[in-house]
Amino acid sequence: MIDLVGKRNWFFLISAIVIIPGIISLAVFGLKPGVDFSSGTAMTLHFDKAVELSQVRQQLTNVGYDQAVVQPASGGDFFVRLPEITSEQITSLKDSLQTGLDTAVTVSSLYSVSPIVAAGTVRNTFIAVILAAVGILLYISWAFRKMPKPIRWGTCAIIALLHDLVVVVAVFSILGWAAGVEVDALFVTGVLAVVGVSVNNIVVVFDRIRENMKRGVSRDFEVVVNYGINESLGRSLNTGLATLFVVVALYLLGGATTHTLVLALLIGIATGIYSSLCIAGQLLVVWEKGFATRKKEATNPV
Amino acid sequence: MKRGSTPLLIFILVLFGFCLWVIWPGNGIFGRNEFTLGLDLKGGSHLVYQIDLSKKDPAQSDADVIEAVKQKIERRVNAYGVTEPIIQTINNERGSFVLVQLPGVTDVDQAIKLIGQTAELDFREEVLDANGNPVKDADGNPEWVVAKAKGSDGQERELTGKYLKPNAQVILESQTNKPEVAFEWNSEGAVLFEQITQRNLQKPLGIFLDNQLISAPTVQAVIKEKGVITGLNLEEARTLAIQLNSGSLDVPLTLVERRDIGATLGEDSLKKSLEAGIIGAAMVIIFMIAYYRFSGLMACLALIVYVVLNLAIFKLIPVVLTLPGIAGFLVSVGMGVDGNVLVAERLKEELRRGRTLGAAIEEGFRQSWSAILDANVTVIIACVVLYWLGNTFGNFLVLGFAVTLFIGTVLSMFTQVVVTRTFLRTIVGLGMVKSPAAYGVSK
Repeated sequence: MIDLVGKRNWFFLISAIVIIPGIISLAVFGLKPGVDFSSGTAMTLHFDKAVELSQVRQQLTNVGYDQAVVQPASGGDFFVRLPEITSEQITSLKDSLQTGLDTAVTVSSLYSVSPIVAAGTVRNTFIAVILAAVGILLYISWAFRKMPKPIRWGTCAIIALLHDLVVVVAVFSILGWAAGVEVDALFVTGVLAVVGVSVNNIVVVFDRIRENMKRGVSRDFEVVVNYGINESLGRSLNTGLATLFVVVALYLLGGATTHTLVLALLIGIATGIYSSLCIAGQLLVVWEKGFATRKKEATNPV
Repeated sequence: MKRGSTPLLIFILVLFGFCLWVIWPGNGIFGRNEFTLGLDLKGGSHLVYQIDLSKKDPAQSDADVIEAVKQKIERRVNAYGVTEPIIQTINNERGSFVLVQLPGVTDVDQAIKLIGQTAELDFREEVLDANGNPVKDADGNPEWVVAKAKGSDGQERELTGKYLKPNAQVILESQTNKPEVAFEWNSEGAVLFEQITQRNLQKPLGIFLDNQLISAPTVQAVIKEKGVITGLNLEEARTLAIQLNSGSLDVPLTLVERRDIGATLGEDSLKKSLEAGIIGAAMVIIFMIAYYRFSGLMACLALIVYVVLNLAIFKLIPVVLTLPGIAGFLVSVGMGVDGNVLVAERLKEELRRGRTLGAAIEEGFRQSWSAILDANVTVIIACVVLYWLGNTFGNFLVLGFAVTLFIGTVLSMFTQVVVTRTFLRTIVGLGMVKSPAAYGVSK
């Protein structure tokens, strides 16, 4: 049996190492909103002849789009992000690139959102997040009604859940300025799915702990929790790994459309496994016994 | 064999066989013979127009105006020759919108114009000064006024496109081979047109579309029923003919969202996602068998049944498959393992405690059931919220994910509890695999 509870301070430290820089990044840079939320026109351009990034930038500046953000995409394509422009402007932009760079240009994908739609999406996203939060809170209070101290267990579950969410959002904030990763409606989709999966993991672990308390595994709460976590270890790791296999495959092989969704799932599910095994139960122990620093061998009960 | 599991096993096998037949390309019931692919997989254009209700005729209700816009857009899109378009209206606190999905459309610019243009056609006369000479503006262009005449009931009426029969068509002028739009007036229009051509003989008559002059032919003779509009290229003529037949929109539309996906990009994404899915699923199967041995194999068989059932449901409902939708489905496959893992872990424990195999299976399922049910509730909550989010703003990508993850989650409970258990019971009943080691228990 692994002493996962005894090492709790280490786990809290590891989480802090990710979360604190993440929160700083969030505070300083925030998230980089995609076209869905901020309005604008985003397009992927395919050039028949290989062109340089600087050429595309220069040409866009020449025709007056000096605020355009240009990024190289896969296969020699370029991703261009502009404030919202009309369909006529898109056509003339394409034509001027074609003549200026002397190559055929295809708009292989285009996404254009006006401020009115973007504002609506932002609002609805907030409502969705609040609805999800209420739903999950109701579920948690129902799922933990049989627990010895429902409020305490519920709070620990929520803290562990927030931990997972903060990690996902923080990583996206860091990736935003480091790699230009934007958040879009699919990112929100991924985050809400992560909430579902994450709560589920925590509930399974807590259920085991409760069962072991009833069976009277040990008088020491720390031992009971550790025993419960160890019993869930196989299930949590295996389920998580099975899901991660699929998500990693999707991340590496799937197309660009679902990148933010799959990346949010990848980070969220991985963090969810970690927090359900290394954070959630440990928080219960901290609440019961404080941040005990004494090194304690977990004894094998029964 | 345990009593009661034989009929279940037969039921599962029949259902599986049926679903396997259904998902085969070309097979299906209710005419659902192919999977329904979303725009991101087929390629095409997704357009959202805002309906400007402030410009409506106050006598009409909002709902009527919106419905009329939708019907006219439907007529335009159908005449344009798009297969399986989707036209929906969305009403929310920000206004009224109409969402148009055009799969496979290549000339999106043309389609945008065709759908969104008000297309109000009218006929105008030159404004004459006191001497009967045409009044010119600063640039030397004639000034125009909408031609009016007495209708059949004696009332003054403006001659506009609403008196046209919906049978306008593009013809090629025999001499010049230039495209023209041939139109026909209804009886009221004919009454008006006769008077107007009569008084404008040998004078130009301006034909305006949305206040833009298209052409100004000189009236050669008094005409009642028919006419042609010249001065257009073939594409413009085609668009105009469709618009005249659909009728002009009562209120202006503004394009507020546009998403184009190239057909090759869609195809490429589909291929990539399928590859990812197959590789991911293969890894799950290898892992499950390596770790849980025989019960892992059973779980994988259940997983295959699950995948086939799920795909059959997708085809029969039909669920519109999108890239996020495929991702949602694959995630549900990964999570579908969850219940089987819970059961297999319990099974191992019960065997360790020295129960017989049959008793361990029953106990393993009994113990894991509440966890399986609980575990899926949170995912279902997330799906319901996402469905709402995707629906309110017509985001088909978010919607696709929510729908497939929901179906996948609900169905996985069924396969975990019914299919895996039946398989295991059958095996035990047949006394085939007895060694606890086969269930991952090391002695």
